Amino acid sequence: MAYDTSLALQDAAALHLRRRARNARIGAGLRYLLLSVVGLIMLYPLIWLVGASFKTNSEIFANPGFLPSKPTLDGYINGWQTSTPYTFGRFFWNSFLIILPKVIGTAISCTLVAYAFARFDFPFKKLLFGTVIATLLLPNVVTRIPQYLLFRDLGWLDSFLPLWVPSAMAGDAFFVFMLVQFLRAIPRDMEEAARVDGANSLQVLIFIVVPMLGPALISVCLFQFMWTMNDFLGPLIYISSVDKYPVSLALKLSIDTTESFEWNRILAMSVLTILPALIVFFAAQKYFIEGISAGGVKG
Amino acid sequence: MARVELNNLEKTYGGGFKAVHGINLHIEDGEFMVLVGPSGCAKSTTLRMVAGLEEITGGEVKIGGKVVNTLPPGQRSIAMVFQNYALYPHMKVRGNLGFGLRLQGRPKAEIAAATAEVAKILEIEPLLDRLPKQLSGGQAQRVALGRALIKKPGVFLFDEPLSNLDAKLRASMRVRITDLHRKLKAGGMSTTVIYVTHDQTEAMTMGDRICVMNAGEIMQVADPKTLYNRPANLFVAGFIGSPEMNLVEGRMTQGSAPAFQLGDQSIPLTAQVTDRLTSIPQDAVLGIRPQHLRAASAADMGAVAARIAHVEFMGHEVYLHADIGASRVISVLGAAEYEALERADETVQLVADQTWLHIFDKHSGANVSLAR
Repeated sequence: MAYDTSLALQDAAALHLRRRARNARIGAGLRYLLLSVVGLIMLYPLIWLVGASFKTNSEIFANPGFLPSKPTLDGYINGWQTSTPYTFGRFFWNSFLIILPKVIGTAISCTLVAYAFARFDFPFKKLLFGTVIATLLLPNVVTRIPQYLLFRDLGWLDSFLPLWVPSAMAGDAFFVFMLVQFLRAIPRDMEEAARVDGANSLQVLIFIVVPMLGPALISVCLFQFMWTMNDFLGPLIYISSVDKYPVSLALKLSIDTTESFEWNRILAMSVLTILPALIVFFAAQKYFIEGISAGGVKG
Repeated sequence: MARVELNNLEKTYGGGFKAVHGINLHIEDGEFMVLVGPSGCAKSTTLRMVAGLEEITGGEVKIGGKVVNTLPPGQRSIAMVFQNYALYPHMKVRGNLGFGLRLQGRPKAEIAAATAEVAKILEIEPLLDRLPKQLSGGQAQRVALGRALIKKPGVFLFDEPLSNLDAKLRASMRVRITDLHRKLKAGGMSTTVIYVTHDQTEAMTMGDRICVMNAGEIMQVADPKTLYNRPANLFVAGFIGSPEMNLVEGRMTQGSAPAFQLGDQSIPLTAQVTDRLTSIPQDAVLGIRPQHLRAASAADMGAVAARIAHVEFMGHEVYLHADIGASRVISVLGAAEYEALERADETVQLVADQTWLHIFDKHSGANVSLAR
């Protein structure tokens, strides 16, 4: 009798477990379905862009779907040639020439400034740091005209200097702030150990702090890369000759100069333009996330 | 060679808070000096001033006869072991050990040889190619020790190096460090050690001499035995020893012979105490270690009645917590002694062994029974 009861109980328990497992599976399925749908909606413009870049010019507005009926590379081939004497490769090269020194300059200058603010005591430190943060709150447009006048008087117009120099002087307060916050979360013991080992401040920075800052520095470089790649206003203001145009300006160029817009060329070049940013982002995603979730570092 | 002198050393922080109040401490070459005290007593601050990690705001630090106040840490001939190891997380153990020598620009072969030697001494050879995060606490602390050792410094500074380890490991590291110190000394290396801890067991077992600190001042500097048997003041008496020394407030009375008045009970003091007295304070504190407070037999003079409050069985011993008037005391009794204890209505007779009885001035805190 007692034996039967315990068996019945076991059956009931097993049934309950099975039911719970099934419910969990259904719940998970529903969750993923919902997430996929929302994700698809958010990604749709991008998917459409890629699809449309393989369409003929006439099909773009005729066919609302994203799959081209007769895929063609015309957009890419003609778009690459551009309506200027230069190919799109030239504009990519220009973008690269702007981005590389800017990213390197940002990484070095912001690390130096952040290290000073996070680790040393000097007169007016609070006031100076406050000033740096205040520039974060200042809208960019406010400084456009004075900056333009300054660079004009320096004779730097139509060169890359106005794009490089402010960043190489730690002009991007956001990065300084981000690195300072990251540094504050790193215990000082390692740096003290290095000083006891005989390192001076610069050696401590290079051998100890920079390796520990790694993830944050990667995020800084990535942000700067993407922002510079997408920057339209900066090059528009300071660069006037077409042979120095970066891709962001070159894209606009193909809209301006042709009578009837060749949309498939523009879309094809847009796809190429976002590719580097996408590739770099996915390659460095792991470090990027580590870098921006700086609060989570533990000793 | 590496004698360390602290002369009127002071530390005042920016806000005006004075952490270290002009301390004087001379540490001989090759000596193992332990700085011990409760947290916040500025023992770590003192050590960091010797290391050069904390600015000195008054007085001077001399290492090997040279004032080092303004020298950077790397030029003070010191090496330091930190509480949380402070290993460089991105370097392998090998890199951690060799970093100091690399900065000095020593040739690679020399660094490799020194690394191998230190690794052998500390038995960390199999760990050389691991990263710090792949080490256990004990291993990491050995690597940190190796990083100090490899530089062959004049002075080793330890900042609570064992407090992150579990009790068992701590006990074995204690022995390892003292052994190492003895070996290095025997090998003719100048190895002065300044070791900061809040753990009195570490202090008592490791130090040649111990410097007890409280609130930025030195309470007493002495070898472990003296510190235990002849505490200079109430603070040291209460800090050193486990279970703590019983400290009972009362009054000294001078009749035909001095006696200690404890509530309505009186303890006549024998020559064992009175011979040692330098003064007879009106308000006094009587100090007696729990193991010197025994069950009284009928023949004992000066027994006091105590009411049992709580009993802890420790196996071979019994910790008897009892109230004498308003004061709580602890007596350590042998298990058999406890069983034989005569009690009436939970009240027992306890008697202090007057050889080990101390009298303190309640106001100055000084021990007035140290004349002999």
